[in-house]
Amino acid sequence: MKARVYVTLKNGVLDPQGAAVQHALGSLGFDGVDAVRQGKVIELDLTETDAAKAEASVIQMCEKLLANTVIEDFKVEIL
Amino acid sequence: MRSAVIVFPGSNCDRDMAVALERASGTKSQMVWHKDASLPDNLDVIAIPGGFSFGDYLRCGAIAARSPIMRSVVDFANKGGHVLGVCNGFQVLIESGLLPGALMRNSGLKFVCKDTDIKVETSNSAFTNMYSKGEVVTYPIAHHDGNYVADDALLARLRGDDRIAFTYTDNPNGSTADIAGILSENRRVLGMMPHPERLNDPELGGTDGNRMFTSLAEALVSA
Repeated sequence: MKARVYVTLKNGVLDPQGAAVQHALGSLGFDGVDAVRQGKVIELDLTETDAAKAEASVIQMCEKLLANTVIEDFKVEIL
Repeated sequence: MRSAVIVFPGSNCDRDMAVALERASGTKSQMVWHKDASLPDNLDVIAIPGGFSFGDYLRCGAIAARSPIMRSVVDFANKGGHVLGVCNGFQVLIESGLLPGALMRNSGLKFVCKDTDIKVETSNSAFTNMYSKGEVVTYPIAHHDGNYVADDALLARLRGDDRIAFTYTDNPNGSTADIAGILSENRRVLGMMPHPERLNDPELGGTDGNRMFTSLAEALVSA
């Protein structure tokens, strides 16, 4: 079973890398990009076969290591 | 003062830190590898050095903060031990939950490496008792992720409890309220981005950094 974790900055946390990407898109002529937020995708191969258990376990992984919940939100997908 | 320096793969200020602690205390600092599960006995202070522990993978300090030795360091701090984290060490202390807030990418996105004026905001700690409040000292900084982030509630708490140890006079990284270093609630854990241990020899540009280690050595005279 695979899991995919999306880690993104919380709303309101300044994202200087996203701002730089937005600026670069503008200079390439891509108009109309109001904001860019950059995040991470982490894919996990799990031995667990029960989707609910896998999700619960990945949520714990996010809280303990994969995301810094002071500044980041996370979303877990079980595939 | 009995001290230990924690060494992670990628630490690069560990020896400077050990020299600074030894010069101030006259006692050899013990180097402790991150995979060790326990600390030497009877320590007065633990230093988490600068560097790029675990290549800054995932987030700066994130992997180091979950290494085996850090459980013992957190226990040591929770029992009232003194812990100093400089640069990557500050990031590790935040990731381990010993200090609040977060350290993010510098607002200018560039690695900043230069001498920086920092203002001493409190002399009320074992680390800063030999400084005067309001005094400005010049310490080197060298970091990519030193942008300290605190929300309004945390900032009010840090200010109200006099826990901001140092601020930059000319903010190099976008830190909230120019913060360069903060203390824990019991004032025994200090995390800071500037490097006092890099100013410990006239040949390295000065000895101003000694004062932090002499402060500590005098406050923590071993029995």
